[in-house]
Amino acid sequence: MSELSENAKQVIAEHLPRYPSKQAVTLPALHVVQQERRYVSNKAMEEIAELLELSPAQISDTASFYGFFRTEENPLGQKRIWVCRSLPCMLRGGEELLAALCEKYHIVPGQTTADGKLTIELAECLGACDGAPCILLEDELHLRCSLEDVERIANEPNAPTKKA
Amino acid sequence: MNPTEFKPVLLGRVGKPDSQSLATYRADGGYEALAKSLKMANTEVIDLVKNSGLRGRGGAGFPTGLKWTFLPKDVQGPIYLCINGDESEPGTFNNRVLIEEDPHQVLEGIVISSFATRATTAYFYLRYEYGRCYRALQKAVDEMYANNLLGKNILGSGYDLDIYLHRGACAYICGEETGLIESLEGKRAWPRIKPPFPAIEGAFRRPTVVNNVETMACIPHIINHGAEWFQSMGVPKDPNNPRDAGSYGPKLYCISGHVNKPGLVELPMGISARDLIDQHAGGVWKGRKAKAVIPGGLSMGFMTNAELDTPLDFNGPGRVGCLGLGTAAVVVIDDQTSMVDVLYNACRFFAHESCGQCTPCREGTAWSTKILERIREGKGKLSDIDLLMEIANSIGTIPGTTICGLADGAAWPIKTAINKFRGEFEEYIKSGRRSESLALAGAH
Repeated sequence: MSELSENAKQVIAEHLPRYPSKQAVTLPALHVVQQERRYVSNKAMEEIAELLELSPAQISDTASFYGFFRTEENPLGQKRIWVCRSLPCMLRGGEELLAALCEKYHIVPGQTTADGKLTIELAECLGACDGAPCILLEDELHLRCSLEDVERIANEPNAPTKKA
Repeated sequence: MNPTEFKPVLLGRVGKPDSQSLATYRADGGYEALAKSLKMANTEVIDLVKNSGLRGRGGAGFPTGLKWTFLPKDVQGPIYLCINGDESEPGTFNNRVLIEEDPHQVLEGIVISSFATRATTAYFYLRYEYGRCYRALQKAVDEMYANNLLGKNILGSGYDLDIYLHRGACAYICGEETGLIESLEGKRAWPRIKPPFPAIEGAFRRPTVVNNVETMACIPHIINHGAEWFQSMGVPKDPNNPRDAGSYGPKLYCISGHVNKPGLVELPMGISARDLIDQHAGGVWKGRKAKAVIPGGLSMGFMTNAELDTPLDFNGPGRVGCLGLGTAAVVVIDDQTSMVDVLYNACRFFAHESCGQCTPCREGTAWSTKILERIREGKGKLSDIDLLMEIANSIGTIPGTTICGLADGAAWPIKTAINKFRGEFEEYIKSGRRSESLALAGAH
């Protein structure tokens, strides 16, 4: 059985004509797979490699460079929240927010809650320093966040998965 | 020009209803600059941008028009324009606001710049974190295709261009132009050894120009109002320095940290950090004083309170020992904050974001962080201060030990913090003081 969904294959096919090399579709392919599955398995990397005429090692090389992609052994929870700890956020309570959130959910950054609902990550500058401390939910920034704000965001029902 | 009379240019449409749509952009005169450019020779557009004195807004301040002229003259085959939207320098958020609020302004600049450089494909590399920007841009690009502003024969001119959005995956190094190109090509974002420079051999081994988002936003205004108008703002060339290219035009200043009103402010280039904080950011919070201020993103290093009258143009921060103007992201640190903690945060950032390719950077950023950890645990030695300086003086392109400038950016906060606040580091170590460490927050 194919590890890549029909949608993922279609997204990859749509991206191919945009670039003069097939390898350039690596990041778009990894993004669509992780968005659907919450991880990128070795099998998925093999299938991407086949579509892009690369070796699986080339896909793995790129995927592992970015701390962003998860392996099958360490999948993302239903939601991923990044808490910024860089200087502008640190000056306005970013580190305290991250620590309080970790204490609240009994995990350390990078881990997922036991019920699989929430992954907390530490982030370097998210580019929303005007709203420090800020967090990122999947790919949406939330500015000027208190612990209560983050808990509310974490407990909101999931928005339908967006197409990559 | 008196700054109080200044009317925002780049942020002129921010806050207007539906400012993201093509309809409102056109109602405000949008895409007139494109129509005008397409009737000019591409070399005339380059000359206009060159004469305006526009320097890149991404951090290095390289003259934009000059960069475009480095493309070979007789190229057969494609030329690429890459837009650097991987804005990740701590303190910097101007690209985010420009894209979220007025995507067509940026896109018009991209089409004009592509026409000028004879590029037929533009790749917009956008950091993954900017999801709202991504969706605003995609919507705007779709509108452009539907209205003959992209694709084949744009506005009947015979010029063809495609713009593709390409999302990153959360790595600071992708903001380095050759790291960005490697990442675009689907590889790990290891910066390339230069030469060859991208103008000769860039994306997909083809001639390539990499430009910043704010730089692109300036272009339509230069086409509409001319080079002299652009030079009527900012700080003229220093007559005593033949190498100075001046600091012209409007500039977006990001203000964050310990101020009452953090935010984005547009002003003619050259305002002082003190005026920016007091007149445009509501002053330092809680009635305190500024101890240190970063003039242009973390990698530029620190200014002291006594240096705050320095003009924030391309030359000012360098005169007080900082690396440069950088991204004009001003971060204010109040007098109740420990510079040991601030420097630790800075070193930890660069250690986390070093790509690991060059040993001096990979090891230097990691060891400087470890030394500061030791100091913060109350186990520091006075000799650690000189050790930190030795590391800072040994990493980066300025001593010539690394491929890209990340290590210079890591070194400048160390050099300026220790040169300017050495007493505070000595006192901290001698007192055996410890900083509160948030154990969970340090995990990774």
